[in-house]
Amino acid sequence: MSKADTQKQLVRDTWQKPPFIANPYIRWGVIIAVLVYFGFTLVNLPIDWNRASQGLTRAARIFNGAWPPSFERGGLLLNGFLESLKIAILATVGGVVLSIPIAFMAARNVAIKPVYFLGRAIIIVARSFHPVIVAIIFVKAVGFGPFAGVLTLIVYSVGFVAKMLAERIEEIDFGQVEAMRSVGAPFLSTLIYAVFPQIMPRQIGLTIYQLDSNLRASAVVGIVGAGGIGATLANAFGRYDYDFALTITLVIIGVILVSEAISGQIRKSIK
Amino acid sequence: MSMEIFPEQWARFTPRQRILRYTFFLLSAVILYWSVTSIDVIWEWVWDSPRQMGDLFSRMVPPDTRNLSSILMVLWETVNIATLATAIAVLISLPVAYMAAQNTTPNKATLWIGRFILVSSRSINTIIWALLFVAIFGPGIIAGIVAIMFRSIGFVGKLLGEAIEEIDHKPVEALEATGASRFKVIMYAIVPQVMPTFWAVSILRWDINLRESTVLGLVGAGGIGVMLQGAIDTFNWQEVATILLAIIVLVIVGEVISAWLRRKIL
Amino acid sequence: MLKITDLVKRYDTGQPVLKNLNLEIKGESVVSIIGSSGAGKSTLLRCINRLVEPSSGQIQLNGTDLTSLNRSQLRKARHKIGMVFQSFNLIDRLTVMENVQSGRLGSLPTWRAIARKYPKEDIRRAYELMDRVGIAHYADKRADELSGGERQRVGVVRALMQEPEILLADEPTASLDPKTSEQIMGLLRDLSREFALPVLINIHNVTEAKEYTDRIVGMRYGRIIFDALPSDLDKDAMDSIYSGTPAADRGADVQQSTVSGDVGAVAT
Ligand SMILES: Nc1ncnc2c1ncn2[C@@H]1O[C@H](COP(=O)(O)OP(=O)(O)OP(=O)(O)O)[C@@H](O)[C@H]1O
Ligand SMILES: [Mg+2]
Repeated sequence: MSKADTQKQLVRDTWQKPPFIANPYIRWGVIIAVLVYFGFTLVNLPIDWNRASQGLTRAARIFNGAWPPSFERGGLLLNGFLESLKIAILATVGGVVLSIPIAFMAARNVAIKPVYFLGRAIIIVARSFHPVIVAIIFVKAVGFGPFAGVLTLIVYSVGFVAKMLAERIEEIDFGQVEAMRSVGAPFLSTLIYAVFPQIMPRQIGLTIYQLDSNLRASAVVGIVGAGGIGATLANAFGRYDYDFALTITLVIIGVILVSEAISGQIRKSIK
Repeated sequence: MSMEIFPEQWARFTPRQRILRYTFFLLSAVILYWSVTSIDVIWEWVWDSPRQMGDLFSRMVPPDTRNLSSILMVLWETVNIATLATAIAVLISLPVAYMAAQNTTPNKATLWIGRFILVSSRSINTIIWALLFVAIFGPGIIAGIVAIMFRSIGFVGKLLGEAIEEIDHKPVEALEATGASRFKVIMYAIVPQVMPTFWAVSILRWDINLRESTVLGLVGAGGIGVMLQGAIDTFNWQEVATILLAIIVLVIVGEVISAWLRRKIL
Repeated sequence: MLKITDLVKRYDTGQPVLKNLNLEIKGESVVSIIGSSGAGKSTLLRCINRLVEPSSGQIQLNGTDLTSLNRSQLRKARHKIGMVFQSFNLIDRLTVMENVQSGRLGSLPTWRAIARKYPKEDIRRAYELMDRVGIAHYADKRADELSGGERQRVGVVRALMQEPEILLADEPTASLDPKTSEQIMGLLRDLSREFALPVLINIHNVTEAKEYTDRIVGMRYGRIIFDALPSDLDKDAMDSIYSGTPAADRGADVQQSTVSGDVGAVAT
């Protein structure tokens, strides 16, 4: 640093925080674009103010109707939950089993290029669609009821489990695989002895996590007709049975919290 | 297939562990058996389902793109729902996170209020929020925005609250030692530390909300879902295909944008 | 002038960590406090600006009793007490200038603090001080891009921005390499002279304490057992300071054992 510089800085009495984007044109461009976007979309919201202003009275009516929560149809509630549980279990088993081959297809280090792309494509499609959309398609294809729910959640499980598992497979220690190959083991034995033991802990953790996720999701896909507690909830809402709907919602919250705690505990104890 | 590896591993366990494992597998088998046998499905339909699925997909090709421009318009509306809802939710979640973090919350009461907001927001799914708000505000985009907002507050607030609890306390102490007020300490020592998390969580939630906003329409809360429902109800499967493809593109573009933003901002 | 009388600090559990401690610092001297780990050096320093709440006793700074202040008075008082930390305690993601200006937060209007619109005289002063310690060209850098020695200079400037009446430094050089450590000690000594500022330094490096400070206070488990000029710190004194056990020294009410009758000798 030269003396002149020091001198200059000695008399400086202004300072500005270096802006996040150095180029002023880009900076102001971004700021204005963001402001315009939010201003424009907010102004153009198709709000029906009349309808919205009735919202409060409506809300009051709904909450009045909902309180106190009604446990009259406890049987219906229990059946709905058991069905959700069955859906979640079957979908987890189906999804996890299906995830294993797909994960191997989608792992860069074990699959050949075309298979790899196919595996990735399956995962991307499974992940792109919200389970509710998948459910509505399956409901149309195979009819209302828990079977559509199981199919939906299998797709949902594949999207997550296969993706995570493929990432784990890509990280495996290849030395063990090479050791197997060097003694001339066939492909399947190599998989079983060198690859599976390495991915097993992750797989068990993922399975438990997915069971928990599926239980949550099954409450949602039921709303569009795929069985389980969600269907019970949607029915209650449709019939303006708000007190029963509140009960269902509260029980869903309770079950989710419990299942989250249990799955967290199990995964912790496995690690 | 996966059963075959277990004999290999079992040799490693003590008899007690082995019994535990056997019990676990037996229990799993029983539960699975119970699920399969008692679930309320018509098995003929199940066996028929591959054909049904094939039939449905055959009716989807080729996708019908005549309505593409209006699909794109509605898709844009979907993006707006997700973006507006995320922006508002993120702002609201700031004070909530402040209340729900043990090291910033003013007192016990605010701590519990903050935690209550987080738990109730998080444990109710967007679709259920949407059902409620459609009943309150009537069908439309407002119900959708509010529903996504309500769900996002808990998500963002929880992660942000945890970030606040995990900050390095030393700068906070240094500023307290200069005699700065509580508010200024927060602005200078806490906010800068949670900024990266703030951006990361906001971007992540925006990405999730993009997906969620595609289904709001199925319960009447606006966005592309309304159109999807319409096309399905009128058995216009070729248009359904177009809409589904549009959703895939939307989600992938959303993922690309959020990955780019993450790289830029963090 | 700092005057500590009968200071006692007892953490939630157990024996007092500071036991009826008395200390007086007049004028702009550099005083170092030495003593083994756990002797209570940090506790003593932190009691002064009440980062640690004293259990009993009095601490007077230029006539104000710090122990009796309420929260808002304490904030004002703290503004007059600069503190430098072992691990610098900078805000990593903010620029050096923001870190330096954070020393003035006690008196800065809130809107200025948030908008980063610092008053002209504060900015000028910040540049002067940063230039004085050789970091002016880093003003726009983020604090986490600096080396340890540079970061501690930022810490020192932040404290000086407070226009403090006293500077407390808790092992300011313990995280630095030997050479940088000497530079920072030299800097603290010089700044003390330039700004007529009393400086209180906790330090483990006895050689540096002897070289850079005017007076050495030796602590042993809650008590001051040595207080004299650096030249008086001989081997016996050293042995005595660094011997003893917490149990023996803090426990029973042992007679205050002092070294060579130098207690109370005040270097100015
Ligand atoms: N927050 C606290 N709660 C309880 N006990 C504490 C706390 N801080 C310090 N102590 C105890 O007080 C005693 C003195 O600690 P202090 O940090 O003041 O020592 P020190 O002389 O600064 O040691 P060092 O040279 O290692 O920094 C120690 O026995 C320590 O365990
Ligand atoms: Mg210490």
